[in-house]
Amino acid sequence: MSSADFQPKIVGFLCNWCSYAGADLAGTSRTKYEPSIRIIRVMCSGRVDPTFVLEAFNRGADGVCVIGCHFGDCHYLEGNYKAARRMELLKNMLKQFGIEEGRFRFDMASASEGDRFAQIVNEMTEEVKKLGPYVKYEGAIS
Amino acid sequence: MAKLKVAGYWASSCGGCEIATLEIGANIVKLAELADIVFWPCIVDGKYKDVEAMTDGEIDLCLFNGAIQNEENEHQAKVLRAKSKVMVAYGSCSYEGCIPGLANVANQEQIFDRVFVSCPSVDNPDKVIPQTSYQAPEGELTLPKIYDTVRPLAAVIDVDYFVPGCPPTGEQTWAVLEAVVTGNLPAKGSIVGAGTRALCDECKRNKEEKKVKKFYRTHQIMPDPDRCLLEQGLLCAGLATREGCGALCPAAGMPCTGCYGPPDGVVDQGAKFMSAVASIVDSNDPAEIAVILDDIKDPIGTFYRYSLPSSILRRVQIK
Amino acid sequence: MKRVTVDPITRLEGHGKIEIFLNDDGEVANAYLQIPETRGFERFAEGRYVEDLPQITERICGVCPEAHHMASIKAVDAVYNIDPPPTGKKLRELLYSTFYVTDHATHFYALAGPDFVMGPDADPAIRNIIGIIGKVPDIAVRVVNARMDCHKIIEMIGGRKIHPCGGVPGGMSHGITEEQRVHIETVAKDMIEVGKLTLKVVDDIVLANKAYVDLILNDAYAHATYNMGLVDENNKVNFYDGKVRVVGPDGKELLKYEPKDYLEHVAEHVEPWSYLKFPYLKKVGWKGFVDGIDSGVYKATPLARLNASDGMATPLAQAEYERFYSTLGGKPVNATLATAWARAIELVYAAERMLELSQDPDITGPNYRVIPTSTPNEGVGIVEAPRGTLTHHYKTDENGIVVKANLIVGTTNNNAAMNMSIKKAAQGLIKKGTEITEPTLNMIEMAFRAYDPCMSCATHTLPGQMPLEVIVRDPDGTELTRARRNM
Ligand code: SF4
Ligand code: SF4
Ligand code: SF4
Ligand code: FES
Repeated sequence: MSSADFQPKIVGFLCNWCSYAGADLAGTSRTKYEPSIRIIRVMCSGRVDPTFVLEAFNRGADGVCVIGCHFGDCHYLEGNYKAARRMELLKNMLKQFGIEEGRFRFDMASASEGDRFAQIVNEMTEEVKKLGPYVKYEGAIS
Repeated sequence: MAKLKVAGYWASSCGGCEIATLEIGANIVKLAELADIVFWPCIVDGKYKDVEAMTDGEIDLCLFNGAIQNEENEHQAKVLRAKSKVMVAYGSCSYEGCIPGLANVANQEQIFDRVFVSCPSVDNPDKVIPQTSYQAPEGELTLPKIYDTVRPLAAVIDVDYFVPGCPPTGEQTWAVLEAVVTGNLPAKGSIVGAGTRALCDECKRNKEEKKVKKFYRTHQIMPDPDRCLLEQGLLCAGLATREGCGALCPAAGMPCTGCYGPPDGVVDQGAKFMSAVASIVDSNDPAEIAVILDDIKDPIGTFYRYSLPSSILRRVQIK
Repeated sequence: MKRVTVDPITRLEGHGKIEIFLNDDGEVANAYLQIPETRGFERFAEGRYVEDLPQITERICGVCPEAHHMASIKAVDAVYNIDPPPTGKKLRELLYSTFYVTDHATHFYALAGPDFVMGPDADPAIRNIIGIIGKVPDIAVRVVNARMDCHKIIEMIGGRKIHPCGGVPGGMSHGITEEQRVHIETVAKDMIEVGKLTLKVVDDIVLANKAYVDLILNDAYAHATYNMGLVDENNKVNFYDGKVRVVGPDGKELLKYEPKDYLEHVAEHVEPWSYLKFPYLKKVGWKGFVDGIDSGVYKATPLARLNASDGMATPLAQAEYERFYSTLGGKPVNATLATAWARAIELVYAAERMLELSQDPDITGPNYRVIPTSTPNEGVGIVEAPRGTLTHHYKTDENGIVVKANLIVGTTNNNAAMNMSIKKAAQGLIKKGTEITEPTLNMIEMAFRAYDPCMSCATHTLPGQMPLEVIVRDPDGTELTRARRNM
C-alpha cells in the first residue's frame, strides 16, 4: 500500500469533560480534521488503563492517543496527573515493544480548543501515515 | 471406585517444575493410593508408546509444564490433550510463557545468529547454523523446528486449569492433585493452587504510604528489613501478582518479580504492574515525572518478566 | 547403511536423541547425540538489567539453578567491579555447597546408581530409583530426607528452594541468624554421614564386585581427553571460586586461567545437526570428535575435576581421593564410568565444606553485602557446576543494561566428549551379527549417563527417566527390528 492510499485508524481516548467537548466543538464549528480518528469517550483520562491502549493496538489500531483536560482543569482534580504518569511510562514501554513513538500520544485539549483537537489529530495522522500500517509480527509458529 | 489415571509432562521447560512436583514429598505415596500414574517421567517409568496407543480421554488428568517453543512441544501438547480428560497448565511456562518466553523480544533468526554466530566464544567462520534436516555422510539427521514466538500452552490447545508459579510450591501442587483426585474441581478455566488476591495481602512487610520520588534498582540500596519494598522505591510486583507463594522474595529482602502471574481480575500483569508503579510517582510536574520514570530502563524485563507470551502484545515487533 | 535410532525421546518426547549408523557390515559407522532445543538466553539477556540476570539465567535449568545463580552473580560482581565482604561470600558458598550435596546425591542414587546397585543388565523395571528403594530402603529414605533438608537450607539462605533470589552484586540480600546457623550445622553433620554412606555403597556394591570393576576399566568406556576444573590456590578442587585448570590426558597441566581470560582458552564449534555447541581448547584446536593429546576436546565432570586438581581441601574427601587414584592406577583416570565414584568423593567434600562454613564465625555476620559504586562495564563469572565449568560473561552499557551476554553451560563442555563416548561404547558393544538387546542399549547409554544424563541444562531430562528405543532400519528407512526399554 502506498502511503498516499493509507488511511490510518487512530483510536482516541477522550475524557468526557474537556477533550470530548473539544472534539465536539471541532465538529460543530466544522473545523477540518482527518477522518482517521475513532473516538472512545471515557469519563476522565485518569480512567484510561494502559490495557486499553495495548488492546487498541492489538485489535488493529495504527495509532492511539489519549487526550485529557489541561492540568488543573480535570473534573476529578487529580485524574490527568495520574494519566500523565501512566502514559509517560507506557510511552517508554511501547518503544521497547517496537511500537514507534509516533503511534502513541498523550495530550490535552480543553472544551474550547476545537482547533487544538483537530491539530492533534492531523499531526498524528500525518506521522502514522509516514510510519505505515501497524502490522503485528508473530513470525513462524508452525 | 476405579483408580484415576494421572500423567505428567514437560515441554520447553527448565525442569524446575518437575523438581517442584517432587516437593509433594511423602504425599507421593498417598497419590499412588488414589491414582495410577500412567505416565510421569519424573516419578515413574515413561511409556511413551503406550500413551500414543491410548484411546482419547483415557488419561483422567495431565499436568503439563513448559511452554511451546518448537514443533515437538506443540505436537506433544496436542497428543496429550486428546488423551486427557483434564489438562492442567502447570507452572508459569505453560501458564503464561515465563522467563524463557522473554525470547519473544527477538525471533528465531536473531537468536540463532547470537547463539551460533556472534557469541564471542563461537568459532564459526562459515556461519554454520543447525538445520532441521541435515545430510550427514551416514544418513539424514533431523531436528525440530524452533518457532519465532514462544506461546503458552493455552495458545495451542484447550486448557482446563492453570497452576501458577515458577515453579509452583510443593504444598500448592499437592492441593491441586488432591482436588482433582477427589473430584473437587472448580469451574473450567480456573487458576488453581494459589489465592485470588494480590501478593501484598500475604506479604508481612509494613505498608505505609506509597509515594516515591526515586526508583532504585536492587543493587542500589539496602532496603529497610520491615517496610514495604515498593514504598522504598524498589520495583516490587506484589500489587500485580497473585498470592500463593507466601511472599518468599520480599521475605528474603528482594522484590517480587511476579512469578505467580496476575491476581484475579487482571488481564495483563505487565500493564497492571506498570500502572501501579506509575501511580506512586510523587510528582505533578511532567518534566519531573519523565525524569523519575526514565530510571526504569527495562520495562519489558521488569513488568513482563514472566508473562510476555500471554500479554496483550505477546511479543516485541520486528520489522 | 542401516540406522539404529536410540531415541530416548521418541515422537512424543523431546529433549535428546542418539542416532547410531551401522555400515553394510553391521558395525557402527558413527553415532550422534543430538540436542533438539535452544532457547536463546544469550539473546534475550540483552536489554535486561545486569543485576536481574542471576534470577533470569537460572531458568535455564531447574535442576541446577543455584549454579547459574552463582556464576551469574559473580559475573555481575565483576561487571560492577565489587568484591562481596567475607560473610556475603561465605553465605553464597554455603548455599552452593548445600546444593552440591543434594545434586550429587540425587545423581548418584537416582541416576547412575541404579546401573551399579541393580546391575547394568537388570530388568529395566527395577533398574531405577524405585528398585533402589526396594534393595536398600534405609539408604533411599535417608537420601530423600537429605534432599528435603538441603532444600530448606537453600530457601533459608537464598530465598527460594528452586530458583533462588538472594544473590545481589556485592553479596547476599540478607544474612542468617545464630539459630539458623545451628540448624545448618546439624544438617551438615548429617550430610557428612550421607557422604560416608555413599562411599560405603561404592565399596560394598561396586568395588567388591569384580564384574563392575572390569566394566569400569573396560576400554569401551575410556576417553583420554583433557580435563577441566576450578581449583583453589593449592590446586585443590573448588566449586565456588578460583582458577580454571586444564590437565591433559598425560596428567600434565596445560593451562590455568583466571575467569576473565576464558575467551583466550575456550572456543565453541558449531555442527549443523545439533542445537548444542561443542566447546574445545583453543590452544590445542578443534580436530573433530577424537580424543588424545592433540585434540582440543575436554571433559568437565566430577572425574575431570579430580583429574584437573591435586586433591581435595577437606580431610575425608582427600583420603578418598588418594584411595581413588591408588585403586584405579594413578592419575589421570580416563574411565568414564569412574565418574560415579568421583561424584561420591565430591559429595563428601561438599558436605565437609558445608560443615566448615556453618561453623565459620563470619557466617552470621551483619556485613553480608556492600553497595557497588563504580560504573558497570564487563565481567566474567565462573563456578564449577555439577555438570561442568560454568561460565557467564556479560557486557553492559554505563547504565548496567546488558549489551552482550555469553554463556558456556556445564553440560555443553562435555558435548563433544559425550558424542565420542557414545560412539566408542557403541562400537565396542555392537559387533557384526550382534543382536541388539536392551542391556546393550543401556550399556551404551551408560557411557553418556556418566556425564550426568539429567543433562538438564541442555536437554532437561531428569533422573532415571530415559526411555530408550532402538530402531534398526535399512537405508530407505524401513524398520527391520526394534528394541525398547523404559527405565
Ligand atoms: S515455570 Fe519456572 S520452574 Fe517451571 S519449567 Fe518454567 S522456568 Fe522452570
Ligand atoms: S509491594 Fe512488595 S514489599 Fe510491598 S507489600 Fe506488596 S509484596 Fe510486600
Ligand atoms: S514473591 Fe513473587 S517472584 Fe517471589 S516466589 Fe512469590 S510470586 Fe514468585
Ligand atoms: S476529567 Fe478530563 S482529564 Fe480528568
